[in-house]
Amino acid sequence: MRYIGRRLLHGLLLLVGVSLLSFVFAELAPGDYFSELRTDPRVSAETVAALRAQSGLDRPLPVRYAAWVASVLRGDFGYSLAYNSPVGPLLWGRVRATLLLTGTATLLAWLIAVPLGIWNATARGTWGDSVSKVVLSFLLAIPDLLLAIVFLMLAVETGYFPAGGMVSSGPERVKDVAWHLVLPVAVLVLGMLPTLVRHVRASMAEAIDSPFALSARAQGIPRQRLLFRHLLPAAANPLISLFGFSLGTLLSASLLVEVVMGWPGLGPLFLEAIVARDFALVLAVVMLSASFLVVGNLLADILLYRMDPRIRMK
Amino acid sequence: MSRRTKIVAALVFLGILHGLAIFAGFLAPYPYAEQHREFPYAPPSSIHFSRLQFLVHGRLFGAREPGVIFLLGSDAYGRDLFSRLLYGGRVSLLTGLLAAFLSLGLGLALGTVAGFYGGWLDRLLMRSGELVMALPWLYLLLAVRAFLPLHITTVQAFFLIVVIIGGVGWVRPARLIRGVVLSARERGFVLAARGFGASDAYLIRRHILPLTLGVVLTQATVLIPQYILAEVALSFLGLGVGEPVPSWGNMLAEAQQYHALVAHGWMLAPGLAIIPVLLGYLLLADTLLESRNQ
Repeated sequence: MRYIGRRLLHGLLLLVGVSLLSFVFAELAPGDYFSELRTDPRVSAETVAALRAQSGLDRPLPVRYAAWVASVLRGDFGYSLAYNSPVGPLLWGRVRATLLLTGTATLLAWLIAVPLGIWNATARGTWGDSVSKVVLSFLLAIPDLLLAIVFLMLAVETGYFPAGGMVSSGPERVKDVAWHLVLPVAVLVLGMLPTLVRHVRASMAEAIDSPFALSARAQGIPRQRLLFRHLLPAAANPLISLFGFSLGTLLSASLLVEVVMGWPGLGPLFLEAIVARDFALVLAVVMLSASFLVVGNLLADILLYRMDPRIRMK
Repeated sequence: MSRRTKIVAALVFLGILHGLAIFAGFLAPYPYAEQHREFPYAPPSSIHFSRLQFLVHGRLFGAREPGVIFLLGSDAYGRDLFSRLLYGGRVSLLTGLLAAFLSLGLGLALGTVAGFYGGWLDRLLMRSGELVMALPWLYLLLAVRAFLPLHITTVQAFFLIVVIIGGVGWVRPARLIRGVVLSARERGFVLAARGFGASDAYLIRRHILPLTLGVVLTQATVLIPQYILAEVALSFLGLGVGEPVPSWGNMLAEAQQYHALVAHGWMLAPGLAIIPVLLGYLLLADTLLESRNQ
């Protein structure tokens, strides 16, 4: 319990650090939401100054940070100047969409990667393993971006799948969303699969070659039971750490996929916020993506703690 | 294939690909911005040798006037996609190389300092590294980009991207290098040299840095393709190198438009061009990793 508490505290400190850094960085950077106005000859310098004062941009850094923290505690996450509303309500729908997409993709990718990696590890040296190795290497070399565009192209050409978006219309909402999920999830899974399978294969191969596996086999433990009851737990540690780590890659890939396929997640919102120089919104998305990673790593830590008595002893 | 042949093969392959981009000025039949408004979205032309001429206007080949040649078709403004692909490769590949150089340099400097001196400096560097790693990679890039001016010239944009990509990428190499330095610091010959009164600078230069070479090389082969993809992503999203200068990213952005998707499949060429580059680097990275593990 103390271990988990410590990890949690660490994660929180990390988030506070990220927010502080963002504020300092924004302070140092030139320009803000009203910079565009300044180039407009019809708008006087006083008007711009008044607008900035009204939205509180001219206050000193510590005051603004304190105001932001207060607003986070209220659940507002700052005030978006571009949308003219608190950021919080803008975010939740987007977060749900991104989590739906990445969550499904992660689950599916692991469900495919674990059996495939185990099979590869047991079939080392056979042609089946070589073929899967070549295919996966090739897959690794295809950028997610290209994959997303090609899938979109197929969707447009064949009409079997919706070309972007999350919902069309119709009474059966769940089915509709699931239908829209297929292509983006496929892109993400294909993008993640090569790395995951490689890691599963490597750590399973190590477990299979270990002396305890040999002795277990000598004692006549059936193959299936040996693989899944004895070897998989032994090989699980690096994979659990990989889970926390892979979340970061997944969110990055998902940003591109969301933009290409018009999925209404955090990615497109982030892009709009950047182009509009809407600092509050940029910061909120940054903090959210950081929290996803922190939570993912925390989950991995807790899992490790449950799985591995060596960590509990420390 | 022995490991050596694999490495040489990968290097030659990558050399050819980079050479194509470097000599774009000679190999491409048209300048990147030359428009042929009367041929928008022309499909890839078939080759008729009778209508080709070689070594004209300082270029390898071109079509006899008034004909045109689009080996990979043309875009909305009738610009030759093949030429733009080569010129775009210059931007994308060079970004990868320069950014990797920058982040490896930073990582080497910071990682060596952290590992060699330890103490509060080490803790400070590693903690700030954790801050950088707390963000998903692309979100981090975009966040940094978000605070910098949007409307800038192409050259400024290019260097800005190199600095952003290289500047946020130092953490992973720095950590790995720190690890190597930490163990190298306690090696017998380093302790002996220190005992003979060698200065820190001499120790680092003569004994520590050579030991990090393996990590630096493998990291380079991992980082360069990653950074090429980063440039492609940024330019694709409209935050990197902009028109009329081509980069594989901003060219792909055009391929994403609806009419390009339905009828102009050749617009995908820049995306496909990335694949052989990544394959080359992957082969190199795998082979280097294998030989380091043994």
